[in-house]
Amino acid sequence: MIQAKGIHKSFGENYVLKGVDVDFHQGETNLIIGRSGSGKTVFLKTILGLHQPDKGDIIYDGEVLGEMTKQRFKKLRQEIGMVFQGGALFDSMTVAQNIRFPLEMFSSMTEHEMDKRVRFVMDRVRLEGADDKFPSEISGGMQKRVSIARAISMSPKYLFCDEPNSGLDPETAIVIDQLIHEITHEFGMTTIVNTHDMNSVLEIGDHVIFMKEGHKVWEGNSSEVLKSTNADVEEYVFKSKLFKQVRQALR
Amino acid sequence: MITKFFQGIGAYGVLMTKVFRRPDRWSLFYRSTIKEIQLLGIDSIGIVVILSVFMGAIVTIQTAFQLSDDPLIPTYYIAMATRESITLEFSPTVVSLILAGKVGSNIASSLGTMRVSEQIDALEVMGVNSASHLILPKIVAQLFFNPILILMSMFLGLWGGAMAGDLLGLIAFQESISGYQLEFIVFENIIYGLIKSVVYAFVIGSVSAYCGYTVKGGAVEVGVASTNAVVRSCLTIILSNYVLTDLLLN
Repeated sequence: MIQAKGIHKSFGENYVLKGVDVDFHQGETNLIIGRSGSGKTVFLKTILGLHQPDKGDIIYDGEVLGEMTKQRFKKLRQEIGMVFQGGALFDSMTVAQNIRFPLEMFSSMTEHEMDKRVRFVMDRVRLEGADDKFPSEISGGMQKRVSIARAISMSPKYLFCDEPNSGLDPETAIVIDQLIHEITHEFGMTTIVNTHDMNSVLEIGDHVIFMKEGHKVWEGNSSEVLKSTNADVEEYVFKSKLFKQVRQALR
Repeated sequence: MITKFFQGIGAYGVLMTKVFRRPDRWSLFYRSTIKEIQLLGIDSIGIVVILSVFMGAIVTIQTAFQLSDDPLIPTYYIAMATRESITLEFSPTVVSLILAGKVGSNIASSLGTMRVSEQIDALEVMGVNSASHLILPKIVAQLFFNPILILMSMFLGLWGGAMAGDLLGLIAFQESISGYQLEFIVFENIIYGLIKSVVYAFVIGSVSAYCGYTVKGGAVEVGVASTNAVVRSCLTIILSNYVLTDLLLN
């Protein structure tokens, strides 16, 4: 479980996070939603330790991030998997080498064990026959799968995804969402997904946090989000024609 | 402007302290270094060969033009003067300036692209010291291979000079060889150039890496960083050449 307690963060005079309290539960897909500029990405990076909060604590399974030793912090990093918006695959490496990289860097596995692990995660994210291809030679959807495979290769306890289905067609986006949801439950990870996509919210949102202007204004699950009476959530969720029709149908 | 300059120097220093750390995995470090030697060193051999041969030829022609008016100066002096120019300045400095363009832009653009496409962030999130992992092999490869390239350039420059002198009837090939050997001092003619080449290798590797690693923005900024890497490396090479020449010759 990851807990954010009273997180404040500013950049100069720009106050981005104004006291955010959230508990992200293990084995759940936790989604952070909100408009651009609501502080989602800064919040995600603060949880990851890429930004130092001005006030408040990030707690990983009872351990306060800011009080960890350098060694422990480095170890924690190895327990984290991250799927970046653009994939962030190493373009000088093949697909298999990308997935193998964290294992080579941090594990004490033999060559054979590493090969086996790479095979396992590639099969798990349904990446067949892409071993020797370079990231530039595969589609956006496949790149996301490779990114997920690389993120889970070290069997992380925590998985972070920054807009994992941006730039993908709706069908592939659903596949990626479902994949994240499945592996979260299968491996019992604490998964935090930063997204704009309402389809993702409805597909995989075990726990949904809505942010606005640096505050958490609502939280619930995917079924509650459509019934929410919170004005900000309503305005965000039912902005599109499709969801307006969904609301009418629900009523 | 001055504040920005000193901030840049400070940031460069901080980055270098991150770079010179023990690699997380030596096997990966060796592998990366070999790859960088291929990319930054071996792939530069072609340009160094062409540049050095013609540079030697041009220096010989210029020297012969200056000295041939005086019948009292023996012709092997042309070769001797050529040797001094090639080994003391042309090979270490001019070749390094050219390499600053080729290798420097390569280092800055590759690191800059990794920065803007979040590949460096991905390494950091994994717990990898990205500065050390990405930059140290490049600097080590440069430090290892630049002296080899400069030595090669010295030899090829002298050979090019002797060939051009012979072909143009300015000085016989054998006479050039005799001139090259006249009052040849290993420290002054070889070690001096190699000391410079090591310093320049560090300048090219580290300054270009700093420009690329600290990119913020997108493709346009990567291009700007690449240009900055070449300009700053060249300026630093020229400045350090002045300091080194003064220190080593006095």
